[in-house]
Amino acid sequence: MKINNYHKVNTLDEAYALITGNKSSSIIAGGAWLKFSKKTIEDAIDLSNLNLDKIVEAEETFEIGCMTTLRNVEKNQSLQNFYDGIIVKSISEIMGIQIRNIATIGGTVAGRYGFSDLIPVLLVLDTKLLFYKKGTITLEEFLNLKGFNSDILIKIIINKKIGKAKFISMRKTSNDFSVINVAVLKNDKECKIAVGARPNGAIFAKKAMEYINNFKTYNKEVIDECASITSKEISFGSNSRASKEYRVELCRVLVKRGLQEVL
Amino acid sequence: MKIQLIINGYKKELEVRPDEYLLDTLRNYNYLSVKRGCDSSSCGVCTVLLDGSPIASCSYLSIKASGHEITTAEGIQKEAAQISTYFGNEGADQCGFCNPALALTVYAMKRELSNPTDEEIRDYLVGNLCRCSGYVGQQRAIRAYLEDTL
Repeated sequence: MKINNYHKVNTLDEAYALITGNKSSSIIAGGAWLKFSKKTIEDAIDLSNLNLDKIVEAEETFEIGCMTTLRNVEKNQSLQNFYDGIIVKSISEIMGIQIRNIATIGGTVAGRYGFSDLIPVLLVLDTKLLFYKKGTITLEEFLNLKGFNSDILIKIIINKKIGKAKFISMRKTSNDFSVINVAVLKNDKECKIAVGARPNGAIFAKKAMEYINNFKTYNKEVIDECASITSKEISFGSNSRASKEYRVELCRVLVKRGLQEVL
Repeated sequence: MKIQLIINGYKKELEVRPDEYLLDTLRNYNYLSVKRGCDSSSCGVCTVLLDGSPIASCSYLSIKASGHEITTAEGIQKEAAQISTYFGNEGADQCGFCNPALALTVYAMKRELSNPTDEEIRDYLVGNLCRCSGYVGQQRAIRAYLEDTL
């Protein structure tokens, strides 16, 4: 990775002018994963001076500024208690504290990293994203947008609706990326299932969700079938961490365990 | 580009490239307790404290650190020596390569967590890999250090 010019901007307008003024400009969030990139950044834009590192708890939402470090999300008392601490649990397994003090929630989300443990959790929590120009869109919409990189993610908005949720990941060592991860949620209306580290990015298991949401009570057969549908509908791939076949099998088992916890 | 840092309590003005990492900057300026290990954020031997919190200097741009306080093991020599004595007593130190970063992380943990459990200690130190002595002795040493000094 090479950076030619570095700008610590003082306004969002300044950042927006830079990001739209040059195709090879890029916002630097924490910068934790920058060195894995081979690209040349003409104008690197640092938002550190914009006071975007706060967590605001309102009546119905948590609003997390894009520059909030994962460690500060992890240490937030209200988030530790929200949905059995699912957000905190997904973050606290990401590598070591040294990286969680660098990586930001905005960088994690905007980077749409396939290995992210946080994104499947945010997906099942009905998360919305506030962009500077585009306004508010859902996380799912953002993940499906192609070539969307000329705006600035300002905050992550999480609905405080109550329910039960479970995050499960499988990894080879405690500070490695996940081989696969699963987030399962049940509230008064519906059940949601998201699968990440496939190794591609996290997605909803829509057929499995449609199946399970037809039921009002859940016996072993229903849970087994839902887990089986999930592992069949999601597309998996192979990489250095695991084969496609291994991920298919892990997916079925982890979804089943997640459903058993939340239903 | 010029950046201003406070390193171990002293104001410094350093010349860096926009894409230079803090690990390289610190080593270029002879803060040699900061080691290069995996160079990919995994092993923790490059740990320094940024405003008191441990970060992997191999993955943090020097220019982002401008205006902040950096602490290396050179800046906590008395505490690092004390922590190292406990490592020695428990056979938790062999080659010593990870020792400065481990001492810094224990120093930060002691300030951040009050009376941590063994599990909290393990969680805090998961980013500090040791390639020779293993972790059981380290855990004993840190527990003894905390009990004697908290």
